[in-house]
Amino acid sequence: MAGSDSQVQTVKMVITGPFNAGKTEFIRTVSEIEVVSTEQNISSDAEKVKQTTTVALDFGRLTIDKSLVLHLFGTPGQRRFEFMWDILAEGMLGYILMVDSTRPETFREARYILDTFSDHSDTPFVVAVNKQDLEDAWDVEDIRHALRLKDDIPVLPCVATEMKPVKNVLLSLLHIIQKRLEEE
Amino acid sequence: MALQGNLRDFPFAQLLNLVNLARKTGMLEIIQKGETAHVYFRDGRLACALMANEDSSLASVLYQNQRISPNLYRAIKNKGGAIWDKELGLQLINAGFVSRETILNSLQQHHVSVIRRLFTWQEGVFRFIPNEPPPEDKIALNMELENLIMEGSRHIQEMEILMDELPNLDVSLKFSERPENNLRKVNLTVEEWKVVSFVNPKNSIRQIAQATSMDDLQIRRVVYGLLQAGLVEVLKTEQARQLPQTQLLPNQSKDEQRSLVNRLITRIRGL
Repeated sequence: MAGSDSQVQTVKMVITGPFNAGKTEFIRTVSEIEVVSTEQNISSDAEKVKQTTTVALDFGRLTIDKSLVLHLFGTPGQRRFEFMWDILAEGMLGYILMVDSTRPETFREARYILDTFSDHSDTPFVVAVNKQDLEDAWDVEDIRHALRLKDDIPVLPCVATEMKPVKNVLLSLLHIIQKRLEEE
Repeated sequence: MALQGNLRDFPFAQLLNLVNLARKTGMLEIIQKGETAHVYFRDGRLACALMANEDSSLASVLYQNQRISPNLYRAIKNKGGAIWDKELGLQLINAGFVSRETILNSLQQHHVSVIRRLFTWQEGVFRFIPNEPPPEDKIALNMELENLIMEGSRHIQEMEILMDELPNLDVSLKFSERPENNLRKVNLTVEEWKVVSFVNPKNSIRQIAQATSMDDLQIRRVVYGLLQAGLVEVLKTEQARQLPQTQLLPNQSKDEQRSLVNRLITRIRGL
């Protein structure tokens, strides 16, 4: 999205992925403002690996320069919030699919989300496999196979709480966007 | 890095698919209700499949397959001391009791029977230990996994799993582009061949089901097997394929677009 607000242009990126993949943490790491999260306590037993979850969206912001601002939106991970995805996805420059490397039970959901997004838009994206610092994390290439991702789709190791891997994911996405713009 | 989890979340067919695609070498251990299975792979092929609490010695396998007599089996067992399968195999071949082919076929049947049982496990903790070789005394085989995956997929009855794996029947299929992919080496049923004959980006799975008179469960099961065996790939829906390329920054000139992305890159690099 390229919007204009008092001559300040905004562009939007979306962070999507299954429940508890680390979307909020990712945005928190890079955002210059306290992430605006609409969270509530989790009621479902199956989802009680954390206390709260995003029910509407996360919002983070990064000032690029005097006239450009990057907005980062996190989408709720659960399918019951699927109606939100289209709204958030509209006008995005690119998106990041976050996957929890330690929870293979969420891989199917991740693939479903990716299929849904790619069915509605051909916007550039990368896959960030989060929690790679944990002992029980699956290997990046194993996750690629588990999600049936082709070799040309970037699958990047990530630790959403650390700046370096988060930067790497964002830069990888931007380089794809850059390439795409050259081709247009 | 760990390749571990529960079959409840990541079924055995998908594990085999992953091992096959990634050409993995190592040992897959699965534990379920006190039963433990050890499955060994070399370069994505099955080398050996053993149940921990069962006698999988060559003598026992040959005896169960009625390839050696009860007397010979007893004689081997009474000989005392552990005799390696490799050594026993050579002795039996040299003595003319069995042929090399008989030994390999019997072991193959045994390993396949273990794999078949694992396909019925709905739950079970698994972990993959990379580069763990089969026990030294065992004769390692070199079996391709596609047939085993296809066979295991034929027995899936749970519509829920199939729905999750293949939620949309209005997508089409194409043959996998993997160079090692070869349909001729896979044993397909008549039903599966019928489906394969209609694989074409122009045909949706729903249309293939109609043409082959299959219901939703049947067509999902066949396609699931073909997908897991890496023989076909799902193509996006016709609607998605026809999506015009989204203009990322529609109201800006080429130079403005370049400048914007470069500014984003510079800023993020500097974080």
